[in-house]
Amino acid sequence: MTDTLTPVLTDDWDAAQSWKLATYESRGGYGALKKALGMAQDDIITAVKDSGLRGRGGAGFPTGMKWSFIPQDNPKPKYLVVNADESEPGTCKDIPLMMASPHTLVEGVAISSYAIRANKAFIYIRGEVLHVIRRVQAAVAEAYLAGHLGKNIHGSGYDLDVVVHAGAGAYICGEETALLEGLEGRRGQPRLRPPFPAVAGLYASPTVINNVESIASVPSIIANGADWFGSMGTEKSKGFGIFSLSGHVANPGQYEAPLGITLRQLIELAGGIRSGHELKFWTPGGSSTPLLTAEHLDVPLDFEGVGEAGSMLGTRALQIFDETTCVVRAVLRWTEFYKHESCGKCTPCREGTWWLTQTLARLENGQGSAEDLDLLVDQCENILGRSFCALGDGATSPITSSIQYFREEYLAHLEHGGCPLDPMASTAFATEGASA
Amino acid sequence: MTQAPEKAVTKTDEVSLTIDGVQVSVPKDTLVIRAAEQVGVQIPRFCDHPLLAPVGACRQCLVDVPDAGNGRGFPKPQASCTLPVAEGMVVNTQATSPVAEKAQHGVMEFLLINHPLDCPVCDKGGECPLQNQAMSNGQGESRFAASGGTKRVFPKPINLSPQVLLDRERCIVCQRCTRFAAEIAGDPFIELVERGAQQQIGIAEGVEFLSYFSGNTIQICPVGALTSAAYRFRSRPFDLVSTPSVADLDACGSAIRVDHRRGKVMRRLAGDDAEVNEEWITDKDRFAFASARQDDRLTHPMVRDADTGELRAASWPEAFVVAARGLEAAKKKVGLLPGGRLTVEDAYAWSKFARVTVRTNNIDFRAREHSAEEAEFLAAAVALTGPDGGGITYADLESARTVVLAGLDPEDEAGAIFLRLRKANQARGTRVFSVSAVGTRGLRKMGGTLLPTVPGTEAAAIAAVAENGEVALDAGGVILVGERLATVPGALSAAVRLAATTGARLAWVPRRAGDRGAVEAGCLPNLLPGGRPAADPAARVDLAAAWGVQKLPDNEGLDGAGILDALLDGDLRALVVGGVDPADVPVTKKLRKALKKAFVVSLEVRASAFTELADVVFPVAPSSDKAGSFVNWEGRVRSFPKVLDNPSSLPDVRVLAGIAEERGRSLGFRTVEQVAAEMSQVGAWEGPRPEIAPVEIPRGSTSGDLVLSSWKQSVDDGRMQDGDEHLRATARPPVVLVNQATLAGLGVSEGDTVTLAGPLGSIALPVAVGEVADGSVWAPASAPGASVRHLVGPAGSTVTISGTTEGGSK
Amino acid sequence: MIDEKTYAELREIADRYPEKRSGLLPMLHLVQSAAGQITPEGIEACAEILEISAAEVSGVATFYTMYKRRPVGDYHVGVCTNTLCAVMGGDAIFSRLKDHLDVGNDETTEDGKITLEHIECNAACDYAPVMMVNWEFMDNQTPASATQLVDDLREGKEVRSTRGPKICTWREAERVLAGFPDGLADEGPSAGPASLVGLKIAREQGWTAPAGSTSEEKAND
Repeated sequence: MTDTLTPVLTDDWDAAQSWKLATYESRGGYGALKKALGMAQDDIITAVKDSGLRGRGGAGFPTGMKWSFIPQDNPKPKYLVVNADESEPGTCKDIPLMMASPHTLVEGVAISSYAIRANKAFIYIRGEVLHVIRRVQAAVAEAYLAGHLGKNIHGSGYDLDVVVHAGAGAYICGEETALLEGLEGRRGQPRLRPPFPAVAGLYASPTVINNVESIASVPSIIANGADWFGSMGTEKSKGFGIFSLSGHVANPGQYEAPLGITLRQLIELAGGIRSGHELKFWTPGGSSTPLLTAEHLDVPLDFEGVGEAGSMLGTRALQIFDETTCVVRAVLRWTEFYKHESCGKCTPCREGTWWLTQTLARLENGQGSAEDLDLLVDQCENILGRSFCALGDGATSPITSSIQYFREEYLAHLEHGGCPLDPMASTAFATEGASA
Repeated sequence: MTQAPEKAVTKTDEVSLTIDGVQVSVPKDTLVIRAAEQVGVQIPRFCDHPLLAPVGACRQCLVDVPDAGNGRGFPKPQASCTLPVAEGMVVNTQATSPVAEKAQHGVMEFLLINHPLDCPVCDKGGECPLQNQAMSNGQGESRFAASGGTKRVFPKPINLSPQVLLDRERCIVCQRCTRFAAEIAGDPFIELVERGAQQQIGIAEGVEFLSYFSGNTIQICPVGALTSAAYRFRSRPFDLVSTPSVADLDACGSAIRVDHRRGKVMRRLAGDDAEVNEEWITDKDRFAFASARQDDRLTHPMVRDADTGELRAASWPEAFVVAARGLEAAKKKVGLLPGGRLTVEDAYAWSKFARVTVRTNNIDFRAREHSAEEAEFLAAAVALTGPDGGGITYADLESARTVVLAGLDPEDEAGAIFLRLRKANQARGTRVFSVSAVGTRGLRKMGGTLLPTVPGTEAAAIAAVAENGEVALDAGGVILVGERLATVPGALSAAVRLAATTGARLAWVPRRAGDRGAVEAGCLPNLLPGGRPAADPAARVDLAAAWGVQKLPDNEGLDGAGILDALLDGDLRALVVGGVDPADVPVTKKLRKALKKAFVVSLEVRASAFTELADVVFPVAPSSDKAGSFVNWEGRVRSFPKVLDNPSSLPDVRVLAGIAEERGRSLGFRTVEQVAAEMSQVGAWEGPRPEIAPVEIPRGSTSGDLVLSSWKQSVDDGRMQDGDEHLRATARPPVVLVNQATLAGLGVSEGDTVTLAGPLGSIALPVAVGEVADGSVWAPASAPGASVRHLVGPAGSTVTISGTTEGGSK
Repeated sequence: MIDEKTYAELREIADRYPEKRSGLLPMLHLVQSAAGQITPEGIEACAEILEISAAEVSGVATFYTMYKRRPVGDYHVGVCTNTLCAVMGGDAIFSRLKDHLDVGNDETTEDGKITLEHIECNAACDYAPVMMVNWEFMDNQTPASATQLVDDLREGKEVRSTRGPKICTWREAERVLAGFPDGLADEGPSAGPASLVGLKIAREQGWTAPAGSTSEEKAND
């Protein structure tokens, strides 16, 4: 039986100057790279496949399989692109990882690039996190000086260049093909697939795009073996992951645990729901994953468990809201977010979010009618699966799930002629019990 | 509807699928949206366009796919415009699937929530894909309005260019316009800007959408978002009468549609002709149609009054009589300059009028710089070539491995060729090389390579292509020579030799719509109709027999320059002139004097320096007012019907027939139809063709002087572009183009004003840096307000440049 | 102002990439650093270097929200008002700041010091409500701390990020985003307290990941 929390990625975050190469190396850092450089590239891919690591950016696609899709007979250069555009509301794991331990990522980049035979890798970091960008820039520079990057790495004959690329404010660039557009200096609008990036990605060359946490997990897999990784987690959702608790818990923060842990366990570790309050609703993996409620406290937080509960594991961004929170207000705000971040390419997402926000705003103000809930559901039906990419789908998640679980609260707005809840009661600085 | 590449499919490339229960077989890679057309199902669409890359943006064309061909279906509706067919695929469209129908209704509803209800005042109303498909595939009621929704609004409209306007609130951001600009024209000066619900089409601040092809975006806009200054608020589609026609401003032969209302042409649109212009035309083709309705349009014949010496109105019979008498008095000392804008039927009438009525070979359509070598070349290598006889076609350009251009800038001078070569380069990697002094933007957009050539040395440069390993010209290659080569001794014959030695095929691309037809009709001193050499007695006998005349003139005819010289010298006593732009044949003081002395018959649409000096003036019909055919550069006959009935002018055929009959030497026809019938009866010459004599290639001079490269750009000061100031405002700003080294030598910076001086004088223009051959400088020949050909000199002139601040170093 | 040095640096950015257009996003950051906003001149410079049209650059410059087409103050102050932060107090903070600074969203104070903007989730939800000053984290804010913060910024007092260095100016920050480091990477802590809560419990409980099959280092730590 593994321990409740299994710090691997977060394990060195409390070290003094954890971001420095010296600190990282003193704890065995870059050992996995040296080991990997002595391995056959396909064996690395096999190890990652065997480990069962699934993409930590939300979709959960098996990482090793993604790598194996790279056509090695394609004469074009291969590229690794790290998706460090962490922007999904509630998601806040990659940013502290890169700030505290950028070398874990850089080592992962070196091993992964070597495995897929890429000589150039890009770390696409959202632009709004200046200090994180500084840390990753510095780590890459240090790694070059130490010979972990650059020409003929550790005498292996393998060359790798890494470019740290700052984004400029676009949630959609978390979508991998939109990210490639951004990285190619274009508007971040998703591309038509096929061709998939593995075949024609960056510069129409074979490209692997992985989330920060996925890539950062690779050194530990190489160092400790696929079985070690697979000994954690559940049958189809192996390994560990960072669970980010935010909102109305006593101790919000990062909890690294095997997949399959439950929210009940996590809330307990986080000191419970804030004093005097109770859980009302939560997102398992960011705002694009349908809301769950207290009845889902014991759902195993792995890809299958959350899926069976009608939502998605996503990025394990557990946003916890207690009973002081107006669900209509929460959903409206998310919908405004999707409207703001819709790239504009396709009709359902662009126009649908425009309309949804208007309908929701009226409901939040106590205007409209009960039929508007059916209208919302129908609008969502016309967006979900009709949009060009998953952003449109995500926009419908909070709406349909909140109507499913909290229809009465919507209707209460109509009866009350506005929001029946006091917004101050839900703030972090509300005096305890103010909402009662 | 499908793209050309799908032409040569064999059975093995066919894919069978079921659409709405109907089995259909289509070529592999066909998109479902087009496969559905084959079974008669029109799936609604906006962003989809068969000539643009699929984008899947509007989502209007969603269909249900219960089986993707692998036994599994798609859980959600799929965009049929991006989905290729697969063997065994099952597709259900809105016709049979409630899922597809609901998905389409949903998208249509979304499109309409922010679309204004201004159809009654919108130019697109009545021919609007959004309006039409909202009726056929939408719902009657707006739930958005019912739910108290607020529409997005924009201040309206904005100018993307002097010609193209954008009403943003009507736009559904399907990206057809931006994709056309980037993919087809290569002019990405409009782009999606902003994001999400605020996303719109825009330009960069201060950088307008100046593209020679910008009007196509208006035509393919599926809503009324893009309009032209020329047509905006002018008419309603249901008030217009449409006539298919052929563009008359270059030699491309592009299919167009002319829409008129109450005797007035309101607009021109691109016609759809996959073999020629596909669905695109130049802005010149589209907007330059107002020339014929300017105030100086001739509306009745005029004769010079014997008493007053002034032109006065005359009846047609009187004018015929006066013209016939005047020509009779001149005997055979007559020259004929029919110009390059005639239909082939009119040109044939001119040719026959010269030989039968006047009995002379003094005829030349080339109202521009020309040479005897060119006339030989046209007789030997151009006449009688055409698609039926294995001549080069647009399709051949698209499939060519290598294309060598000489004396031709397709973007400026033959827009449809430019678009086809760009397509060839983009899709198939066709390599384009240009023997020129300048690597133009157009050349770059075709992925082309400049073979730097100082003007005047093109002959040697063309000859050298045979040995150029980079070009590697062979039988898979095409050589396109422009009419500008006529001014360079040896160039055309060198091109013929290059074709012969490499196996590459050769075509001549003139600038005017009537040029090629005039060659076929024999409007040259050395050439009779049907490619018959005038110097060949057998050819003369053959034609005389066909025409039922005793004999045809056997004397050597004068060419255009010879005719003018002879007029100046008094050797010719009469001139019949038509369709000649005085800007192309400057009426100098001396010529004015000579023309005053001579008897001049002028056939013109609009008053000009020639009509002012004429003794008889006949108003002839512009191409909108008559039927006829242009022969394009391919040698393809492009026939068109009459658009407008306008009794105030007649086709050249009818005018010349009238004079001939009065002269007692009838042409045997009076109508365009009769000419067409006679032409097919007379047919093509089957005897030996003349050969072009090799011309000594002159040694290139190494004088160190700058030589002027210059040509007319697409939008210029040409008379046929008069009447649409919005079009003219899209002309490229005139510059003097030099290379970096020349600029450095001048001691000025890019953008500074310099003085370009040549044999005729000088002009001050901003200097720009580009890819220019050493020893050369480029300036536009005919930019509006900056006519270098008149102010400085013709292409090939020795010129100097100086910074104006220095006061000129010349 | 796009002076010669900036122009050369724009070229340098483009040269980092196999295809130079990839440099556009960082190049526009540099334009902002040099010119204080995206200017037509900056757009032209990028277009020229990348050999694309100014419209194409404009399309990009108007897509990403970090690019500003109006002058930005010395300090860009962002208040997260995405759902979680909004609920936790972001809305109250933003509304207080609007009043306090007498500006609306995406507007700059008259003294040119502060540009206020409500921003979307900035990946620091465990520190809600979160503010960003020139894209440095200012965690766990209250209306009172927020007004103090902007007052200090306006008065030129030293302000430090809760998880980073002393706040630099917006234009200096934009230069780092363009890929020209400012040497401040070693400032600030490894992690804020919330980032470490789980690790702290694990340490207390003696919880670790299992020992690796081949590694003797990391997992035993």
